[in-house]
Amino acid sequence: MRKTQSILPGFGPALGYTLTYISLVLLIPLAMVFLKTLTMSWETFWRTVTDPRVLASYRLSFLASFLGASINGIFGLLLAWVLVRYRFPGQRIIDALLDLPFAMPTAVAGIALTTLYSANGWFGRYLENVGIKVAYTPLGVVVALTFIGLPFVVRTIQPVLQDLDKEYEEAAASLGASRWQTFSRVIFPALVPSWLTGFALAFARALGEYGSVVFISGNMPMRTEITPLLIRTKLEQFDYTGATAIALVMMIISFILLLIINLLQNWNRRRMASH
Amino acid sequence: MKRCKGIQKGPSGESIITEPIWLQKMLIGVAVGFVILFLIAPLLIVFGQALAKGWGAYWEAIREPDTLKAIQLTLLTAAISVPLNLIFGVVAAWLIAKFDFWGKNFLLTLIDLPFAISPIISGLIFVLLFGLQGLLGPWLSQYNIKIVFAVPGIILATIFVTFPFVARELIPVMQSLGNEEEEAAIVLGANGWQMFFKVTLPNIKWGLLYGVILCNARAMGEFGAVSVVSGHIRGQTNTIPLQVEILYNEYNFTAAFAVASLLALLALITLIVKHVVEWKSGRHHSSSVQINRFKEGISHEY
Repeated sequence: MRKTQSILPGFGPALGYTLTYISLVLLIPLAMVFLKTLTMSWETFWRTVTDPRVLASYRLSFLASFLGASINGIFGLLLAWVLVRYRFPGQRIIDALLDLPFAMPTAVAGIALTTLYSANGWFGRYLENVGIKVAYTPLGVVVALTFIGLPFVVRTIQPVLQDLDKEYEEAAASLGASRWQTFSRVIFPALVPSWLTGFALAFARALGEYGSVVFISGNMPMRTEITPLLIRTKLEQFDYTGATAIALVMMIISFILLLIINLLQNWNRRRMASH
Repeated sequence: MKRCKGIQKGPSGESIITEPIWLQKMLIGVAVGFVILFLIAPLLIVFGQALAKGWGAYWEAIREPDTLKAIQLTLLTAAISVPLNLIFGVVAAWLIAKFDFWGKNFLLTLIDLPFAISPIISGLIFVLLFGLQGLLGPWLSQYNIKIVFAVPGIILATIFVTFPFVARELIPVMQSLGNEEEEAAIVLGANGWQMFFKVTLPNIKWGLLYGVILCNARAMGEFGAVSVVSGHIRGQTNTIPLQVEILYNEYNFTAAFAVASLLALLALITLIVKHVVEWKSGRHHSSSVQINRFKEGISHEY
């Protein structure tokens, strides 16, 4: 089990404790999803997870998460750039505030965003005038998922941008490249692994999100119902097997995303090490 | 205190590797606008709505018996789940940061799992395990033990969603510190506990504090998982976030935001602690770099 000998104490007890705790708290409860799904026949399982209402919820969850992560991809890159390269008043406060979506409970974010974007809210009032409805529409789901995914892209790009050697930029510039050419051909390629990692993290977080979305989405079946909410609804109707089948599909997607994120992070680390 | 971020002024001329001032101002403007729209406005509206009817109504909403019960239950949940995950976090970080063993990366992935799973699924698994239709349900009901839709279920679901936080914070801290100091303590005759309390703990205290604060913020604020396993009985199985939901759905907005403002305050405190910890550990980091340079200087001289 152990690869190299160390004189530090506690390997055995620490390993035993960690494995026991993980099994009790994590593995046994998670195994329930697989056990419960095994009680279904393949046909029932397939019918449950491809029901039109369920398919509509996948479509909304995927599209809204993708849009939210894309908005964060663009603004996260911009925020990281502005925070690392420029200096302006209020910079430290903005830098500190960026982690708010990690610290703010999702229910609080949910009711705050709904109030902002509802028909008589601070933003909703003006958007309604130009004919844009946000609260209780798929657009509202995108807004909530943008909020909760906001820190990921900024926080993954920031350290890479900070460590980026300015020599390459100087070399490119002195060889006659314009600033835009330097950015798109020298700086951005170096940021791609961390940028994609941040995007994938924001996307994965958005897919499973529940608390901030349920208030602003309005929860109309076929239209503004995200997949986690559908699981919740099935549970409330005591359709445990139906809920578990959809949960299994979501878990498989999450595991695949986790795998992709790990591969991206390894790529990122190799890039960082070679610099 | 001022960090040397911003435009680097080098001898090679700053004009070729920076942008024109108008472009800088525009980029800063767009970035700040985005932050105001998506972060500052939601924060302001929580406090704005909470105090919309004045301080009197605010206190009235918080002193309401059901709300006080919800606060109590939330404190109880955090008081049980945070220490358990604190011990687990320290032990797991010690194991992963200090030893090389087969399957370490797999173990790391397992620790990250609760981050990747939807909160709703985190609640569902406990219903499947302890619910009446669940695996242990019939056996539990024989002995009249209620776990799901009662307080124990809320605590279990909270432990599940918060268990990576402390370990995740500590692993990189412990890895970056290396093994030398602890090895020296052991060679000099310290036992395991002495080594831990006199060498390891002082080195990791800031990372540990931040991990605990994060874990606590999530334990007190968790909504999705807890809402699945809670019985939603007012004054009995409602935590603060669930109380916010009930008040909001009853159109009692002032009270909902008043209770929500407690959690928003907790979030702000978490951010401040994070900032302080980063500053402290940054200083620690730079001083250890200096010590290393000092050591290098010595070894070069001899």
